[in-house]
Amino acid sequence: MPPTPDRNGLLFQGTPAAPGLAVGPLIVLEDEAVPNEAPASPAGLDPEAEAGRLRAAMSEAVAELAALLADLDAETAGIIEFQVAVLEDDALIDPALAALADGKNAAIAWRAALDTQIADYEAADDEYFRARASDLSDLKDRVLRHLSGRALPAQDLAGKVLTGRDLTPSRFLETDWTRGGGLALRQGSPSSHVAMLARARGVPMVVGLGDAELPDGGEALLDGESGLLIVDPSSAERAAFADRQAAARRVQAEEAAFRGKPAVTRDGTPVAVMINVADPAELDALDPNDCDGIGLVRSEFLFHRAGGLPDEEKQYRAYRRMLEWAEGRPVVIRTLDAGGDKPIAGLTMAEESNPFLGVRGLRLSLAHPEIFRVQLRALARAAPHGSLKIMLPMVTRPEELHAARRLFDQALKELQDEGTACAAAPMGMMVEVPAAAIAPELFAEADFFSIGSNDLTQYVTAAGRDIAAVAPLNDVSHPAMLKLITWLVGSARALGIEVSLCGDAGGEPSRIPALLGCGLRSLSVAPLALGRTKAAIAGIALGDAHG
Amino acid sequence: MEEASVLMTHAVGLHARPSVKLTKLAKTFTAHIELAVSEDGPWIDAKSIVRVMAAKAPKDTVLFFRAEGDDAGDAVSALTALVERDFDEGQADAANA
Repeated sequence: MPPTPDRNGLLFQGTPAAPGLAVGPLIVLEDEAVPNEAPASPAGLDPEAEAGRLRAAMSEAVAELAALLADLDAETAGIIEFQVAVLEDDALIDPALAALADGKNAAIAWRAALDTQIADYEAADDEYFRARASDLSDLKDRVLRHLSGRALPAQDLAGKVLTGRDLTPSRFLETDWTRGGGLALRQGSPSSHVAMLARARGVPMVVGLGDAELPDGGEALLDGESGLLIVDPSSAERAAFADRQAAARRVQAEEAAFRGKPAVTRDGTPVAVMINVADPAELDALDPNDCDGIGLVRSEFLFHRAGGLPDEEKQYRAYRRMLEWAEGRPVVIRTLDAGGDKPIAGLTMAEESNPFLGVRGLRLSLAHPEIFRVQLRALARAAPHGSLKIMLPMVTRPEELHAARRLFDQALKELQDEGTACAAAPMGMMVEVPAAAIAPELFAEADFFSIGSNDLTQYVTAAGRDIAAVAPLNDVSHPAMLKLITWLVGSARALGIEVSLCGDAGGEPSRIPALLGCGLRSLSVAPLALGRTKAAIAGIALGDAHG
Repeated sequence: MEEASVLMTHAVGLHARPSVKLTKLAKTFTAHIELAVSEDGPWIDAKSIVRVMAAKAPKDTVLFFRAEGDDAGDAVSALTALVERDFDEGQADAANA
């Protein structure tokens, strides 16, 4: 550390792509792509000879990739296998061969052909397809390296923060990440293969840093959580970063230790910890053994996709997949909760003066029984595949619960008459409307209650979470909220109805003592919060007060 | 000519891994096999991963297959079955565990 006046570092803000904190020298990767200047190509290169060179370079690239395959996990191998399949497909090389016939140089023809395809993927609507552009760039560069006879740089990149336009998946794989390091890319995408690899390997990664001049060799602090890159930090910045790294390591170790174990308070009271799921794709990365089930499936995910409202088959498959994932653990699927801040084109009411107090949740479903019926049929068909529970949002009066139950019974009967496999399922409700929380005895027929703490808090405190100026008022620990939750838990117990909580508060360690203090013994949290929730629970002693 | 259509529910659509599986399977048949994302085409070679990926079929696309040749019937049923099995993603991991 030079004793020079300590100035703050240069800050570059990007988009987080893989969490974690990295420290190391910033290495600007040479744009190994290709010389921008076309190698001088005398008119009338022999197309046959050029095609031969191109094919040879492609075979070398395939051999190189195949060698990489040997010691890779299944996921990573899938990426390389894809690249090999693309390289072996004649459709890839056809446009380049056509250009060679005009006497073009192989490198130029190859680059032009691939650039067209890369641009096509970059223009895709779907982020997953957009992300394939980097696979094709990877192939392009690899083949070009072989065409030009340039070897891979022997530079040791381990433990460095690498920057460049984008990084190719194979380059990522060739790099030794065991000594730390990270990725700070000008372009790139959080959905790219490299981002996926980075998350799987725990390599911090930030994308979209833009055209800023990044100094080669400067000391870099990279924050994969916030997307911030600091170059040439001050000693204060460096120290703060080191503290965060130490804290993150502690938390990580702690969460890892708790995540896979059942949650128990320090004095031995078990607490069920389930997960909230907004998209079934999230489940792919999760082990069902880490949770006690899915406490909330936000079925809206099915309704936000292009192509209109989801049909019964599509819904059935999605629900069934989640039930199968849970391996017999309960899966609470909430019926469509549109409206409020979750509009759905063509379904929710436009221009409501106060959408949070309008036609949303079950109110909307009951207003559109033809749409609700499709969801209930899909749920009834999924029920035989696991432990399904159906949850109704925004229930305000018991008549609404009755109406939903009648519609579900009708759907079951229709399916049975058609000879379609189906089953009944418990039907419960969100408790998020204060009227329901205050008078839970009206809903004695509900099979379960789940406190929607996000909406309940905003209705009880008359303060929206999304309005910064009043956000501090929106507090689940407000004595009125705790009083209401205590009352609800006690009432539910007296009615013999199980009660859980599925709002964000359940996954916030600072809120958990108060929630357990209200008598709650079941929480449903974001999958990422599982470890910290269980860790927080383990630190709480309930004493005799609420056991 | 054998034809069939099937709804693809794979989470991210006809994307890298599913495309590899689909084209690999298609190549095991001698029939000429084509795929389209709409009933009226355009029809693309189901054995070419470059062309299959370029169709950029997202989740919940209905895939249409048609095939001509000795084993066309088997080819079409094998390919639709693969899509129906969600390209054996997910379940395969559980089975191997």
